[in-house]
Amino acid sequence: MQRPSGAAAANPPAIELKGINKHFGPVHANRDIDLVVERGTVHGIVGENGAGKSTLMSILYGFYTADSGDILVNGLVQKITDSRHALGLGIGMVHQHFMLVDNFTVLENVILGAEGRFRIAPALHKARAALKALAAEYKLDVDPDAIIEEISVGQQQRVEILKALYRGADILILDEPTGVLTPEEADDLFRVLRTLREQGKTVILITHKLREIMAITDNVSVMRQGAMVRTLKTADTSPGELAELMVGRRVLLQVEKQPSLPGKPMLEVKKLTVNDDRKVARVKDISLTVRAGEIVGIAGVAGNGQSELLECIAGMRDPVSGEIRLAGDKISLRGDDGGRKARLAGLAHVPEDRQRMGLVTSFEAWENSILGYEYTEQFGRGPFLDIKAARAHAEERIKTFDVRPPNPRLKTANFSGGNQQKIVLARELGQDPDVLIVGQPTRGVDIGAIEFIHKQIIAMRDAGKAILLVSVELDEIRSLSDRILVMFDGRIVGEADPAKATENELGLMMAGIAATGGETR
Amino acid sequence: MDWPTIISILAATLRFATPLLLACLAGLYSERAGVFDIGLEGKMLFAAFFAAAVAAVTGNMWLGLLAGLGASLSTAMVQGVAAITLKGNQIIAGVAINMLAVGLTTFLGQSWFRQGGRTPPLPQGGRFLPIQLPFAAEIGQIPYIGPLYANVLSGHSIFVYLAFLAVPITAYVLYRTRFGLRLRAVGENPKAVDTAGIAVNLMRYKAVVVTGLLCGLAGAYFSIAQGSGFGNNMTAGKGYIALAALIFAKWKPYPAMFACLLFGFLDALQIRLQGVAMPVIGQVPVQAIQALPYVLTVILLAGFIGKAVGPKAGGVPYTKER
Amino acid sequence: MGGTSSIPRWADIVLLPLLNLILAFLISGLVVLMIGENPLMAYYAIFYGAFGSGDGLGYTLYYATNFVFTGLAVAIAAHAGLFNIGAEGQAYVAGLGAILVALALDQTSVFLVVPLAILGAAAFGGMWAAIPGWLQAKRGSHIVITTIMFNFIASAAMIYVLNRFLKPAGSNGLESRVLDQTAWMPQLRLFMPGFGFSPVNLSIVLALLLLVGFYILVWHTKFGFALRTMGKNPLASRYAGMSNVKLIVITMAISGGLAGMMAINQVLGLNHRLVENFVAGAGFVGIAVALMGRNHPVGIALAALLFGVLYQGGSEMQFVMPNVNKEVVSVVQALVILFTGAMEGLFRPSLERLFAGWGGSGKAEAIARTTAGSES
Repeated sequence: MQRPSGAAAANPPAIELKGINKHFGPVHANRDIDLVVERGTVHGIVGENGAGKSTLMSILYGFYTADSGDILVNGLVQKITDSRHALGLGIGMVHQHFMLVDNFTVLENVILGAEGRFRIAPALHKARAALKALAAEYKLDVDPDAIIEEISVGQQQRVEILKALYRGADILILDEPTGVLTPEEADDLFRVLRTLREQGKTVILITHKLREIMAITDNVSVMRQGAMVRTLKTADTSPGELAELMVGRRVLLQVEKQPSLPGKPMLEVKKLTVNDDRKVARVKDISLTVRAGEIVGIAGVAGNGQSELLECIAGMRDPVSGEIRLAGDKISLRGDDGGRKARLAGLAHVPEDRQRMGLVTSFEAWENSILGYEYTEQFGRGPFLDIKAARAHAEERIKTFDVRPPNPRLKTANFSGGNQQKIVLARELGQDPDVLIVGQPTRGVDIGAIEFIHKQIIAMRDAGKAILLVSVELDEIRSLSDRILVMFDGRIVGEADPAKATENELGLMMAGIAATGGETR
Repeated sequence: MDWPTIISILAATLRFATPLLLACLAGLYSERAGVFDIGLEGKMLFAAFFAAAVAAVTGNMWLGLLAGLGASLSTAMVQGVAAITLKGNQIIAGVAINMLAVGLTTFLGQSWFRQGGRTPPLPQGGRFLPIQLPFAAEIGQIPYIGPLYANVLSGHSIFVYLAFLAVPITAYVLYRTRFGLRLRAVGENPKAVDTAGIAVNLMRYKAVVVTGLLCGLAGAYFSIAQGSGFGNNMTAGKGYIALAALIFAKWKPYPAMFACLLFGFLDALQIRLQGVAMPVIGQVPVQAIQALPYVLTVILLAGFIGKAVGPKAGGVPYTKER
Repeated sequence: MGGTSSIPRWADIVLLPLLNLILAFLISGLVVLMIGENPLMAYYAIFYGAFGSGDGLGYTLYYATNFVFTGLAVAIAAHAGLFNIGAEGQAYVAGLGAILVALALDQTSVFLVVPLAILGAAAFGGMWAAIPGWLQAKRGSHIVITTIMFNFIASAAMIYVLNRFLKPAGSNGLESRVLDQTAWMPQLRLFMPGFGFSPVNLSIVLALLLLVGFYILVWHTKFGFALRTMGKNPLASRYAGMSNVKLIVITMAISGGLAGMMAINQVLGLNHRLVENFVAGAGFVGIAVALMGRNHPVGIALAALLFGVLYQGGSEMQFVMPNVNKEVVSVVQALVILFTGAMEGLFRPSLERLFAGWGGSGKAEAIARTTAGSES
């Protein structure tokens, strides 16, 4: 890689961004962004979901083009038009969702786009040798002949890093790299990143996890609502300060609530084991109880079995073994109509991913406000659908939950994320369930709606419902829950009192390091 | 069944398998690149018609072949524009192409030649004739083994040899070249290909071009090699059998060859068995043999024997985020 | 098929199909021009052939009846997100169900034969569609491929059955014996002499009833709601606890049953016996009809009528213009399928731009959508 020489540019920053702007329609995703990333450092970029981090990096990688502003790479202004160009400048990116061809070998993936002229054999040969060298240099061991879909997620991520390094990447961008990793794999990744830095590479780490920023970065930039708030030396800051900068005001997300008055056990899960679609056990022998009038929060890093647990209790996924009891009665939710069986038993479900699962975005709002309950007599006698009743119902729900715009005939896709979530909540809360299971209730939801949604959940608790809450936002878990269960690798590894447990204690449990409780009452 | 009968069935197997194999490999390129193609039938039919029409008028088989290739290629491009650039429904595009081919070839055939949709018989030089392999006559004298060479392997038109030659070539291209690597990648994870700096849609167009050319060969084979002239709906669903063979072969070149040989053999067999009473079972319903390729494909697709899973990005137009 | 759009509803439902249709006619006109004939004359001949006489009108309606059935068959599957290319084979097999009932009971009474034949056709056609549905739902086989394969299997099986069991001894043609008059679907000319000798029969009433029934089923029943949910988002229907397996199998059975009604029109209404390959492409016309009709009964009725005109007018045109083969009709049909089904992108973007330029609600809606999209 040729470096610009001369005294003036003796040590220019690896990346310099000046006044970057990017609009998506009316959304100003990046506004006047300035950023300097020094060579040979690990530079963190933090911000909430939707703060514009990924957009900024996509501009740097040539996936989007900026509306205005300059990009300087190693001191020279560059117009990065596509990924190939970025690669040529020594910028490599590890995407949140890996860009790998699943049925290819590691080697084939590594050479894709750099295959040489006609035959791929020379390139494969060269890549094999290069991979060996890289593995030695950075301790990045991967079997070059393994098929991608047969290796672990951590291994796949290594392949992504190797891909970038093989192309001569000098500057490596990692977008939320630990979201899919187990704690061990994440530690491994950080070790690799440190080695990369020692070898003079520049690393840009996009994350919303402050712990990671503190652990690995040299500098950190904070983004909020499309703007760059500040860049700091990691050593000079604290998680508290960063959090404040991210959110913009000191919100401790402390929802006002009375102490809970738990009643009798409503939801009991006993020795439940659940497989994922690939028939790998993701929930392992879990037992838990949720009582009437309490919120039990499940904390954990995403991908530790929370999704499968929720889906199983909601009747969307058959358990391998174990049982579920509602108000003391054993119920079976097996079959592909398990969702209805669950609703009939008095269980409501706010799914983790509303757009993928909880809504039909091309339906009008009123249609979504009866989804899952359309078979009940309130929306029509016998086989017929009473559209008038359904629309009236939707109108009432929309008013109660302050959905905007308050138009039941509007296509659901045209509501904002927060209002879509309100439609789902309004529907599920409105059927007076005994048990409510809620996944990621405020993911991708604007701040104003978050408070509203939290209040509604508390109100349900105060009305005597049993609520099981899953969230990857630790703050949310801590402020809403009456009890916290920590899930790690498919098991419940600890129980904590939200009033007493510190973030640090919970973090250790989530990482599978310390356990206090184990089995629950 | 005596030896000469078996020999003639085997020879017919190769003849019947040829258009299937060409069309099947044609489909392989497209589908491996993520473009579903149920329009193989239509492209073959267009090629068969225009090859025969031009060969009949000019008396030149090469011009005929060129016309066939051109017709199939243009059709493939229409499909390509619909499926790749306009991001339309690839299945519907295929259905439309097949329907268009039946209508247009019959219509033009009738209007141009006034023979009920048929083209006139090909004049001298308008048709690809069988090729005798070296020493076919001499080796044919050897009992039993000889006819295998002289009557099964030898004596086919150039298309037959081309079709079988296309199998190792396809395997080589697919697994050992840059083109093949990118082709397979684009059918599995186009986004990965895009981030590697390769133009996804261009890659798919290239695949569609190969598909068009191979379908052109297959179609021309019907009308200016196997037959002499075009007849109404001459391809008679062979494009669909080729599609079945492609699924049966799980989108791989050598298995595709065996699948086409199997389906070609069934075709040859059912013609032989028509009206013949077999010992024990009596008269075999030829319809059962005719339906066998389709039944086998359904069974395979249902995963009762193995599992046929197509390219992951198949049928989905690629949209680049901007 | 379908999807979200930012152009006004009327443009989506009326303007877009119309533009596609005009383009299809323009291109087929060029084809006619290519062989040295006047396309305007051809269009006139088609129009006159379809409406110029009571006979012509009767035939037009007769064909349209067929296409309503197959169009509804394709449309109901489309609402569930399934592409049923197998209406052709389903109608064919349904013919067997109809003829078996009719052959067994054709000495009794029309009031017994016709309803039972309808049930027989629906059962056979429905079964022939439900199997691919089940294979899709339970085994994950691609329904498009399976239904194509089932078309060919049906064709082979029907020839076998006709040849082996239904063909009267000593007969040459591949067809069953002629039914007794009692089993004939009453033709409209019996009450309305204006229809001349055309075969339009009471099946058209059945078609109208089914159009209404289709509307009620899809938009005013709980089953229809579930069906549309699955069609738009199968994960949402699973979340809601609607059994996708059941939905797919039932929808396909209904689809095949609808396609099967075409056999009543043809076998009981026209041929009065089972003839080899009597479906003759009507199943595929159903795809064009459903696409053009936007899977809505009103649209389907109009599109079916259009293709009825083309089929009847096309046959008549051949007499007026001997050089113009009626196959030009299948060219129009193929182009309609191509443009409305696979080349939506041809006109839609420019229409969207046009309407966005006009401002108003279209623009506001487009903005709202981008906002919603970027937030999540």
